[in-house]
Amino acid sequence: MATLVSHPDEVRVISKRFGQGATDIDRYLQLDGYKAVQKALVMPPDDIINEVKNSGLRGRGGAGFSTGMKWSFVPKQSAKPKYVLCNGDESEPGTCKDRLIFEHDPHTVIEGAMIAALAVGSHTAYIYIRGEYRYLSVIMQKAIKDAYARGFLGKNIFGSGYDLDVYWHGGAGAYEVGEESALMESLEGKRGIPRIRPPFPAVVGLWGGPTVINNAETLAAVPHIVLGGADWYAKLGTPKNGGTRLFCLAGHLNRPGVYELPMGYNLKKMIYEVGGGIPNGRTLKAVVPGGSSTPVLLPEEIDIAMDFDSVAKAGSMLGSGGVVVLDDTTCIVKFALRTIKFYQHESCGWCIPCREGTDWLKKTLTRFHAGAGLKKDIDNIYYLAENMLGKTFCPLGDAAAMPTMAFVKKFRKEFEDHLDGKPCPFEKLGVAEPVLA
Amino acid sequence: MKFSDEFESRFAEMLSHYPTRRSALVPTLLYAQDEAGALTDEVIAELAQRLDLTELEVRNVISYYSMLTTKPRGKYNVQVCTNIACMLRGGEELLDRCKKRLGIGHKGTTQDGLFSLEEVECIGACSWAPAVQVNYDFHENLTNAKMDQILDEYKKKGTQ
Repeated sequence: MATLVSHPDEVRVISKRFGQGATDIDRYLQLDGYKAVQKALVMPPDDIINEVKNSGLRGRGGAGFSTGMKWSFVPKQSAKPKYVLCNGDESEPGTCKDRLIFEHDPHTVIEGAMIAALAVGSHTAYIYIRGEYRYLSVIMQKAIKDAYARGFLGKNIFGSGYDLDVYWHGGAGAYEVGEESALMESLEGKRGIPRIRPPFPAVVGLWGGPTVINNAETLAAVPHIVLGGADWYAKLGTPKNGGTRLFCLAGHLNRPGVYELPMGYNLKKMIYEVGGGIPNGRTLKAVVPGGSSTPVLLPEEIDIAMDFDSVAKAGSMLGSGGVVVLDDTTCIVKFALRTIKFYQHESCGWCIPCREGTDWLKKTLTRFHAGAGLKKDIDNIYYLAENMLGKTFCPLGDAAAMPTMAFVKKFRKEFEDHLDGKPCPFEKLGVAEPVLA
Repeated sequence: MKFSDEFESRFAEMLSHYPTRRSALVPTLLYAQDEAGALTDEVIAELAQRLDLTELEVRNVISYYSMLTTKPRGKYNVQVCTNIACMLRGGEELLDRCKKRLGIGHKGTTQDGLFSLEEVECIGACSWAPAVQVNYDFHENLTNAKMDQILDEYKKKGTQ
């Protein structure tokens, strides 16, 4: 359904089977499918973990934590069953990569989850897909069924004596459920409200058992690492940032799309060469580099390597790989309002700083954008956001606060231009409508 | 309360996937809603009983998830994304267009019950923005003209 794109600079690892008919299990097998898990079945679990550690694979959901390290935190012995949980609740604005993986290569996610299970000694894995992605759930359910029919899943997989079940699970519309502890709550049939940590999921997770939670793209990379080797994968990227990742180019671009590029690819080049630059002869105003929760970058800040450490050094985050490009016709106040409106809508309401903070930010920004802002509102917006940072049980509060602070800090002048009943300078009609009623 | 055979076999299978019955709740609610049109009192009572929950516990979960509803929607639920990536490429204009064409606002339903309209958060179509989901079907890289055409097609399909 979603259109595929390509660019000569792409390095196709995760996307190598896109458009190849690999939803069909026979086709997947022809394309080296289920070879990695068979290799992993005869490896000592610690070797699998070390291989993934050495590959430099870091969590593709946004936090960028070392995947191998995460796996190593799972206790070897556990009285309770251990679980693997694939996070396919993709919903960070700007991000649409897991969709392509599920659509074109569902078996690779199953295989990645299987290898994770072998590495930590788990016999049950769940693949959680957001409710809106119904057609992908259909594809995934079929893929799982086909794998069972071949004896790749269930009792005694590949004749190894190891039992391993992989199940599909579906959501029903909630951004917060993409947060790992809320994801577990949702899978347990509850409201997606985060859990207090510690204990971390690796120790106490699903139904109290040790649980590894990885993003779908992270798990999709695992079979390639097991087959190609840690060194090969690590060398595709930059130091400590192994491999490639799916970058979702969106916004004001000539060639938006999902491109697989090496970690550390230059952001400026990504926008102007891969994404084809800004349409209609306009100029670049700002870039949100890693999904809506990441602080905005100015045009003079984008000559950077897109890996976790370099983007952090530039004061933002690589996040979930959603690169949203804004041209010079974009009103930053309106953009900030739309961003915060999202977080206000998605806040689960559990932590007061997030619930009240996002609500007040939405109200203030709505008023501000409508031309009824006060000068002190600008500092108040920043102050409100600052007081949410680090004060919530899950990162949703931070996700709302960080971009807001960056908008105020980097575009203060534009906020000032909305003062004193002046119409939004970017609205043609001269009457600024609030983004939402 | 009668569900389809497909629902029943999926439900029975899902229960075997988890150590607790309750775990099947969220996806089951969505499948039940798809069949019944909404999570009516009857559906809630039925699922609560099947999953060893109180009706209140089920309602508590329903109110959390944005796709779940206790009130019936139109046959075709037009969900327009206006989140950042779609907004930059005309998502709000598309929403206005839909409002005008259908004569309803956010969460409204047309009198003939054919369409309902919803402004939704990111649906994961950012690189193909602006995008709309009608029920579960994605429509991407839209313009007002394409939107008109899509609405016409659904109207035709729905009145046949």
